[in-house]
Amino acid sequence: MTLAMLPFMLAFLLLVAGLYAIVAKRNLIKVIVGLLILDYAANLLLVLMGYRTPPAGEAPVAPILTGGLAQADDLAASAVDPIPQALILTSIVIGLSVTALVVALAIRLYEKYGTFDTDLMRNLKG
Amino acid sequence: MQGMSPIVKNITRVVAGFIVLFGAYIVLYGHVTPGGGFTGGVILAGGLALVVLAFGEEFARKVLTHEVAKTADSMGALLFLLVAVLGFAGGVFFTNFLPTGTVGSLVSAGTIPIANLGIGIKVGAGLFGVFLALAAFRRTTAGGKKEVDVLQSDI
Amino acid sequence: MDPILWILLALLGFMLIGSLIAIETRDLLSSVICVGAVGFGTSLVFLLLGAPDLAITQVVVEILVLVVLVRVVITRRDETHATSRSTLPVGAVLLSLGVMAAVVFGTLAGGGAEDDLRLHPFGQPRMTQQVEAAVLAPAGRPDLAPAGTEPASIGGAFLKHGLTADESSRGSGAANYVMGVLLDYRAYDTLGEATVIFVAVIGAYAVLRKVGRSRHAGHESDR
Repeated sequence: MTLAMLPFMLAFLLLVAGLYAIVAKRNLIKVIVGLLILDYAANLLLVLMGYRTPPAGEAPVAPILTGGLAQADDLAASAVDPIPQALILTSIVIGLSVTALVVALAIRLYEKYGTFDTDLMRNLKG
Repeated sequence: MQGMSPIVKNITRVVAGFIVLFGAYIVLYGHVTPGGGFTGGVILAGGLALVVLAFGEEFARKVLTHEVAKTADSMGALLFLLVAVLGFAGGVFFTNFLPTGTVGSLVSAGTIPIANLGIGIKVGAGLFGVFLALAAFRRTTAGGKKEVDVLQSDI
Repeated sequence: MDPILWILLALLGFMLIGSLIAIETRDLLSSVICVGAVGFGTSLVFLLLGAPDLAITQVVVEILVLVVLVRVVITRRDETHATSRSTLPVGAVLLSLGVMAAVVFGTLAGGGAEDDLRLHPFGQPRMTQQVEAAVLAPAGRPDLAPAGTEPASIGGAFLKHGLTADESSRGSGAANYVMGVLLDYRAYDTLGEATVIFVAVIGAYAVLRKVGRSRHAGHESDR
């Protein structure tokens, strides 16, 4: 594995950490934390895949036209891929909405059982 | 949920207007500078959440109610759908049928600014409504005990 | 490339350590705050990789998530004492997840996948390669093929043709290419996303409402 694959490996490790927290933790807040980490890791992995190295000594070029139409051809040759950015932009806001839904479920479960522990919830009857 | 101290309330009176203005700028200039409908909508929701947190639950029940959030949410979604259906004027569903002006000015890119506006209103009002439902209204715990509101602060 | 890669690796390492602390710590408030650190680290990585829209959105989303989670965690006292014994064998879970991740990563990174599905090295995505533009000809009419080469993925093709009107596209006219993709090129995805947000918000309202539950209030048993 060369050095160029290392960012992807770290993003995969973050994904596995989030997945582990969802599967193996009993506290509902820890499960929500795992869901959030999984979400961030998936977004990060896709944006990492769309990165293009700028020419030597310059900053990464965002896909925004700031210098008028004359700059469009230079931008097409050196800009970062805009398609993953567009899809991940919607994915971030969807992640917030899904987190809000899961937190609403956690609030209702706490109201009913008085605890966040899922093993105790399984043993108590409502 | 109680409000916060008078220092926070006075600073919020000044700052919240700027935050809402910044969110509106990011929504309207979304096709020229970084940003767009989603970013501006989330900033709007954050600004309104600041106002509700600083002024307490009574403000959320009287002025920025849940009904306002739900109505604005639906209006934003309907505006976005209107732009989509009007695309039939260009031939197929959802075409960009307005003329694209000079690239880089405010009036350009066809239907994109109008769609940005619809998305901005929708996302802002929807996320603000969810924030109200989750964090602003008092809930009771199991057994009917009122929950302990530890989030009072002295500064 | 080199300074960017090192800063990126440092940020990713910081995020990994923050996420491990968030998962393993016993105190719920520290766990929530460490998730906030992971989110802000993600925003810095987005800014480093040339995605300013994503960075702004991630910061504000992270703030809202933190406010809601801190409010949920602080105002609820969990009176039960959790035992440290877990019901799942933690070692087996970690081993199986690790093996799955290694297999997926090894396949994607060039084990047996074709060139279309391969994970390209960091910094050279697929759109840096060029293919013959003859592949863009309509089916059965090879004489209508445009000349020259095109970038090998739709991102590159959009960067080249998507802004102004030419013989292959209507042109979106938006100086912000990401918004041009979102609201002109892939507008159906945005419509679907608006629907998903709407449904999630309505779901949260439906879970938390008080209407319809007052009938059962009298039947709740004391605990």
